[in-house]
Amino acid sequence: MARMNMIEAIRNAIDLSMGQDDNVVVFGEDVGFFGGVFRCTEGLQAKYGKNRVFDAPINESGIIGAAIGMGAYGLRPVAEIQFADYVYPAIDQITSEAARLRYRSNGDFTSPLTIRMPCGGGIFGGQTHSQSPESLFTHVCGIKTVMPSNPYDAKGLLMAAIEDDDPVIFFEPKRLYNGPFDGHHDRPVVPWSKHPLGEVPEEAYKIELGKAAIRREGNDVTILAYGTMVFVAEAAAEETGIDAEVIDLRTLLPLDVDTIVESVKKTGRCVVVHEATRTSGFGAELAAEVQERCFHYLEAPVERVTGWDTPYPHAQEWEYFPGPARLGEALERAMEA
Amino acid sequence: MSDFGPLKLHVPEPVGRPGDEPDFSYIDIPEAGSVRMPAVDADAKDMRDLAYTMIRVLDDNGEPVGDWAKYVDDEMAMKGLRDMLKVRAFDARMFMSQRQGKTSFYIQCTGEEAIACAHQMALEKGDMNFPTYRQQGLLISQDFPMVDMMCQIFSNEKDMLKGRQLPIMYTSKEYGFFSISGNLGTQYIQAVGWAMASAIKGDTKIASGWIGDGSTAESDFHASLVFASVYKAPVILNVVNNQWAISSFQGIAGGQQSTFASRGHGFGIPSLRVDGNDYFAVYAASRWAAERARRNLGPTLIEWVTYRAGGHSTSDDPSKYRPKGEAEAWPLGDPVERLKGYLVKKGLWSDERHEQMVAEIEQEVLDAAKEAESHGTLHSGPKPSTRDMFEGVFKEMPRHLREQRQKLGV
Repeated sequence: MARMNMIEAIRNAIDLSMGQDDNVVVFGEDVGFFGGVFRCTEGLQAKYGKNRVFDAPINESGIIGAAIGMGAYGLRPVAEIQFADYVYPAIDQITSEAARLRYRSNGDFTSPLTIRMPCGGGIFGGQTHSQSPESLFTHVCGIKTVMPSNPYDAKGLLMAAIEDDDPVIFFEPKRLYNGPFDGHHDRPVVPWSKHPLGEVPEEAYKIELGKAAIRREGNDVTILAYGTMVFVAEAAAEETGIDAEVIDLRTLLPLDVDTIVESVKKTGRCVVVHEATRTSGFGAELAAEVQERCFHYLEAPVERVTGWDTPYPHAQEWEYFPGPARLGEALERAMEA
Repeated sequence: MSDFGPLKLHVPEPVGRPGDEPDFSYIDIPEAGSVRMPAVDADAKDMRDLAYTMIRVLDDNGEPVGDWAKYVDDEMAMKGLRDMLKVRAFDARMFMSQRQGKTSFYIQCTGEEAIACAHQMALEKGDMNFPTYRQQGLLISQDFPMVDMMCQIFSNEKDMLKGRQLPIMYTSKEYGFFSISGNLGTQYIQAVGWAMASAIKGDTKIASGWIGDGSTAESDFHASLVFASVYKAPVILNVVNNQWAISSFQGIAGGQQSTFASRGHGFGIPSLRVDGNDYFAVYAASRWAAERARRNLGPTLIEWVTYRAGGHSTSDDPSKYRPKGEAEAWPLGDPVERLKGYLVKKGLWSDERHEQMVAEIEQEVLDAAKEAESHGTLHSGPKPSTRDMFEGVFKEMPRHLREQRQKLGV
């Protein structure tokens, strides 16, 4: 066991994957010599050479398009988009090409890509360094969407994503890179070294995609969360004294329906929380699934606590970010209903 | 008050519209044989002129002339003639099948047959094309089974793509033919990535990317040139300039201001502009570019100058936007007639033998169509299974798709 923050866990996962498989190549803007603006690829170029870890021109469509071509050749590219907020120029390549290649060619060609991108707010990132565009990807048939909440999962899920033969969008909540964050921005940040999930085995391991984790067991209400919101959910449960069961979805698509349904059938209540904007966000899908599958068990309407339907603001960071107070109110409403 | 007059927006217009006489005076056509062939390792900056002229081998008398005539080969010419005639007959038959309601859609490449057919001759087994929907000659010139192509067009029970794809969007890894996408320009950068992968692995294979004049305006064209240039990827970047993007004249893609070949020079990519209706010129330029790529000298951009003689697709009526008789007036002629002219002049071919070959090929295509139709057409006969609709979205079918398949009861 070693102590790792999420950055180190991600780097370690890529390192081990590259060691295991010569076809794994890593590229993106500033990922080579410099090691990435968040240090996630530090030292990898020195270790594996420029042939396998290299800098890319500033062109997201080019990065993903080239990665698809490499995948078609037989490589296993791990491409980085510097911020999820900058994935939009690559949406055509991801949606029209990577996601559909296996289907449209009847398996003649495939896209075994992993597309890493830092996401999420809570860092005064303003409009273009804070977004959570996961629902744009869960809506696309043919790609998997993953978002870890801690170093242990980040490593295991990333190794699984790289090995997966389908294209995987791998969201990294940058707010969690250095330590867990529960939304209490006025308190000092605790590093991962003080959290049990900052203990990461040094050897290779995988966490199966499509499996959620229960972070806190409870009987009163189920909270469906992922990324930074997992810690917000834990804090809200503690602070309200409501015995909430916190589910960390980890993979949004394919979704771990069984874990969700089992929990909601037990608690009879469900609150969905995400940073992304509300309308047509992934929470809508979760709420619909719960409603369809648990209708007769529900004792209250499914609540959604999300970012507002506005672009991500700068000065109003903490009024925008769905923190433990806002989630706590929703939990209380769910309990009163 | 401004010292200047009011600004005006420039919207390019083609020289002719319906009712006008065809006018191709905007195209400068140098004498065949007049353009030099540089060494394959020459610097891009020493061959800028080649992006503004036109490499041509066959002169008006069907005589191959100049530096680029060095690869002229009679056996290849015979194969080229047969391949092009096959493509043309295939197109004609499938066009008719669409009109008969046997399929929903078809795209011909009439007038552009030389480009794909001759280019493929310069590639080797294992190289990978990233074609658009108008390079069927890449498959047909390799004798890819026509029945398989037709089954895809008819979306029948033998459709290689299980009825999932619009007609003509073939795929064949084995024949070096990447899966066609409806989204324009996307495959161009993928070709560059594939070539980069070949270089990363120390392989000897090269890639060939394809795009039309209209789609060079897509962002992925720019991305492709940047990546190809930065990483010196072993790729041939083909631009098929057939003058038209559906109803838009190539001026709308920026062709009025400069040639498409000249785009390459902004990226330091050696670029050629070639008579796309001259089978020998296409082969020679393709071979030159392929050799550059194989010697790790990097990418080459080639603009193939040609004319889209047919409509854009079976859904298009070109008489609504361009003069009647443009195809006949096209100054670079017809690729089939020009190659035939060469063979006749050499005494290797005659009108009689040509007619006989056309008849044989038409029969071959008809037989293939009958066989393909026996496996079903879009609206009649056997179809791909409905279950197949849910397969292949992912490697393993996830739960939500299994549930949806069950809901449909298949």
